[in-house]
Amino acid sequence: MTEAAPVKPDRPAARDSSREFVTPEGVDLRLRLGEVSDRAAALIIDLLIILALLVALTLLAAGVAVAVATKAKAPEMVSVIWLLGFFLLRNFYFTGFELRPGAATPGKRLMKLRVIARNGGRLTADAVFARNALRELELFLPMSFLFSRGQGVDAWLVSLGSLWSLVFLLFPLFNRDRLRAGDLIAGTMVVRAPRPLLLPDLARDGVSALPELAFTSQQLDAYGIKELQVLENVLRTNDRKTVAEVAGRIRAKIGWTDAVGVSDRAFLAAYYAGLRGRLERQMLFGRRRKDKFDKG
Amino acid sequence: MAELQLKSNRFREEREADWRRLEWLLSRIEGGAPSRLSSAQLLEIPVLYRQALSSLSVARSISLDQGLTDYLESLCTRAYFVVYGARTSLWERIGRFFREDWPAAVRGLWRETLVAAAIGVAGVVVAMVLIGHDVDWYYSFVPKDLASGRDPTAATAFLRDTLHKGGGGEDSELSALATFLFTHNAQIAIFAFALGFALCVPTAALMAYNGAMLGAFLSLFISRGLGIEAGGWLFIHGVTELFAVTLAGAAGFSIGWATVFPGQQSRVEAIAAAGRKAAIVMVGVVVMLFVAGLLEGFARQLIQSTPVRYAVAVASAVVWGLYFYFRRPAAAP
Repeated sequence: MTEAAPVKPDRPAARDSSREFVTPEGVDLRLRLGEVSDRAAALIIDLLIILALLVALTLLAAGVAVAVATKAKAPEMVSVIWLLGFFLLRNFYFTGFELRPGAATPGKRLMKLRVIARNGGRLTADAVFARNALRELELFLPMSFLFSRGQGVDAWLVSLGSLWSLVFLLFPLFNRDRLRAGDLIAGTMVVRAPRPLLLPDLARDGVSALPELAFTSQQLDAYGIKELQVLENVLRTNDRKTVAEVAGRIRAKIGWTDAVGVSDRAFLAAYYAGLRGRLERQMLFGRRRKDKFDKG
Repeated sequence: MAELQLKSNRFREEREADWRRLEWLLSRIEGGAPSRLSSAQLLEIPVLYRQALSSLSVARSISLDQGLTDYLESLCTRAYFVVYGARTSLWERIGRFFREDWPAAVRGLWRETLVAAAIGVAGVVVAMVLIGHDVDWYYSFVPKDLASGRDPTAATAFLRDTLHKGGGGEDSELSALATFLFTHNAQIAIFAFALGFALCVPTAALMAYNGAMLGAFLSLFISRGLGIEAGGWLFIHGVTELFAVTLAGAAGFSIGWATVFPGQQSRVEAIAAAGRKAAIVMVGVVVMLFVAGLLEGFARQLIQSTPVRYAVAVASAVVWGLYFYFRRPAAAP
């Protein structure tokens, strides 16, 4: 049966971290999932910031108490600050920042992550609140188990409890979209939001050299799109040793005998431009040559 | 190789200025200064966004410049979130929350609310019956630091004092006490909500335990003939607080229920839908607990007469009941 059963469109290979995300205009933006390691780092940064804020508040309160010379009130002020401050920060630090246009806490921003609604709609305040309320279960519950002591039966209960709470802590490791329990509840997900610069087009400097280094079409047929992109990376990184090595390999592969002494980089740039021109022209005729093994 | 410029290169050069313009506008907005943009500039964004999107489509089909497609993907994503992420202003949002969203969400959870309340009441009854048989049960329900001397061995006079002289705290520490009560209860409520995700059972246990603690307190005071006064002491804030905790439990149940019985939707969708609705209730619960904390920390210490305490309790019950369950005419669309 060739009538395709409704294949789930967002079902790429398991290791692939990019997800389909179609805008109302019908263009797929191919978002990349946030790595678990990046997210953990973001969380640690955020927790450190919270801790620093609390310490700063305490010092400030102590300073005020000393300045106004009402030392009797100081313990009460400090306890209010820690109780209310920790409560507010614990519950609203994440929510507050994720409601801003960047949809990211300072930690997430540093790690180049942001929160989005999984269905592509806008991120609502309710969703942000829900995803952060679940932190109670995922983060603060294991923490409180970690800090509680017990003996005998209590100790067993504590260790069983911490095992149980690990289920929620490690939740993101066991599903395809790296959702934590809060993401699941709120219908959100965390994606990478890098800001690449518009890099110069490499084909520009290569094209001018092409007339001198006229590659034959057989020579240009040696590689496909995958190799072209590797070559693009080599040229952009511009590491002298790699450039020389890659140039040597390509020369050998296409049987290039150099009459005029062309530098390795110039050779690669020209070959890149030639290869890209050829592959792009093939693309216009509806043929994408995946890699060098793709004889189509 | 006669042509001196690739088609994809020419394509890029023709449009690059627009992309850069869009990038500049976006970084202004993301930098938190949308008000510094003129309205003409703001109107430019959707147009430039659609151009960039079509550039991305074209680039994907004609260009093999990876750097270019990466850049356009990220640019379009950023623009997408600015264009479609437009929110109502914060004040409008808060107004709508109190006018419509919160009562509607609470009404939607009436079944779960009844269940949570029933479990709580069951906890009260069980604790009272057990303590009626054997006083030692009291100690299993009420942790020592919460009891602060109010246990079956205490003298009746001491118990009466706790009802009228601010339980535990002195007047000078009123604000600290109110803060402590509020944060403590709010944390419990959020916890009850979060535990709903673990298939309802822990939430039910927490509800029952909360009820049992209440029952233990009540039975202690009733056994000393202080039932009426203890009721006033408890319900002046307890109506609001217990209602809030019950709602938090109900919110937890609705999520657990969606996890187990997703119905027509896929499980993930059902959980997400239930989670968003329950979150609205939870935001409200935190507000209610704040009110309860104020009543408990201040009103209870300042109002000493039992009838007035009951009056406040009844008034708060009527206010919350009308607010949540009295059907308002639907707002004009």
